[in-house]
Amino acid sequence: MITQTIKVMAAVLLTAFMTSCVQVKEYQKNRINDSEMVLSNRKVEKNELNFQSYREAASGANAGKTGGGCGCN
Amino acid sequence: MKKIFLSIVGFAMICRFSAYAQTRQDTSINKNTFSLYQPVTSGSDKSPEDYGPKDLSIDEINLVSSYYWQNGDHSAITGGIGTEKVTDISNGLDLKLAWTGDNQHKNIISLGMGFDHHSSASSAYVTTTGLGKQGGTRLYPSVDFTTENLKTGGTFGVGAYYSGEYNYKSLGADLHFSKKTDDKNGEFSVKLQAYLDHVTLIYPSEFIQVITPVSTGATYITTASGNVVLSNGGSTASKPSLPTKPRDTYTASFGYSQIVNSRLQVMFLADVVTQNGYLSLPFHRVYFSNGKDTIEKLPSSRFKLPLGFRANYFLGDNIILRSYYRYYLDNWGTRANTASLEVVYKVSPFFSVSPFYRYYTQTAARYFAPYEGHSASDQYYTSNYEYAKFNSQFFGVGFRIAPPKGVFGWQNLHELEIRYGHYAQNTNLVSNVVSLSLGFK
Repeated sequence: MITQTIKVMAAVLLTAFMTSCVQVKEYQKNRINDSEMVLSNRKVEKNELNFQSYREAASGANAGKTGGGCGCN
Repeated sequence: MKKIFLSIVGFAMICRFSAYAQTRQDTSINKNTFSLYQPVTSGSDKSPEDYGPKDLSIDEINLVSSYYWQNGDHSAITGGIGTEKVTDISNGLDLKLAWTGDNQHKNIISLGMGFDHHSSASSAYVTTTGLGKQGGTRLYPSVDFTTENLKTGGTFGVGAYYSGEYNYKSLGADLHFSKKTDDKNGEFSVKLQAYLDHVTLIYPSEFIQVITPVSTGATYITTASGNVVLSNGGSTASKPSLPTKPRDTYTASFGYSQIVNSRLQVMFLADVVTQNGYLSLPFHRVYFSNGKDTIEKLPSSRFKLPLGFRANYFLGDNIILRSYYRYYLDNWGTRANTASLEVVYKVSPFFSVSPFYRYYTQTAARYFAPYEGHSASDQYYTSNYEYAKFNSQFFGVGFRIAPPKGVFGWQNLHELEIRYGHYAQNTNLVSNVVSLSLGFK
């Protein structure tokens, strides 16, 4: 049920984005260029991503590690 | 899969058409007339003329430290039962050196060094006595070289990394490049990685053929860590190093980011991962339904396909919504969904509070069964709960301080982040992590 809801939400979001792309000039990027708008993980999240990749079967597609290191403990 | 692929292609095409359809002459800027909308300059906004040659200098230093502690009762070392108590201290230091050449290329060398120390209660049970080694240390240096063409925004780089701990060694390398679209509102990136790992074959003590009397009366014994040493009347001498087995991982990571409008940007991520070699761990026990135990056995290849999507939205003047979704599948039968949302509230331009929530759910790999759940006739078997069916929740809060005059008035310390998270699986695994990140310039 939750998986289904997530898929529906993703589809709705995708549809919304598809209709609204506009050309953004450099002088209009003051919000986009905010350091917390960066489309990547925060530096402080680095070790969180590591332990999640060790405790869960899924990993990757988040610019985190996909190999190396054991995490055997 | 087909639907997801078509959606991504459709989105990219529509963005391209929309971008050109809505391009118009911005006469107000060209005529140099007065406007309240002054150009906002940032690192990425400068024209190439702004960049002259620049000597090698320290661009940035980042230090990230974390303390992690967990508890649970499904350790893979004891066959899916038993303590999973772990503590881990991680420290990572990254140093970035940069210079700009005459050819308008900015070059960056990143040097990293990581150091982890963990204590794992279940490791003690690699030996049947429960007196095995509980602690371990991991060192992981890295180096990366990236060159950026300041005119086009394209980058190219190579990197190498090493990770070493007493039972696992890893050597990795990557090639990566990125290219911006002509309007600088989109960026395509590719990263190709290879990890060549070696798993040290440390078996549970009951599976080691030991106690080999030699003519002098000395014997080979298994230490708490699983090492086999020669004992000779009180003095010991290590045998040659333990054998290892290879594990290779090859990853191709693709990313496409797009600015949708002045408040929203999105990114699609896809990794194609293939693993070959020894994918089990030799000290993970499995107890069959007949009561006998053995060690974990998993296939020698695995294919993984995670597909991710990020969307960051600037809501109003002081709230940023950072969202992430990932669908994951592999050929061991696991399907997983991850969704997270972080709400950044900017108390001031230089101080923000960011509560976050992450939900994760996965199906079990076809080779997983709990304690005494496997039949002795199974071809592959594991009781490692990493491959079980479960869901998890992770939530917490982060704080970020980045004042223009430096944190605590110290000009060189330009950024400080503190973050706490609580993680809980419905398998009874619970953990906490607190992290500190310091950025120096």
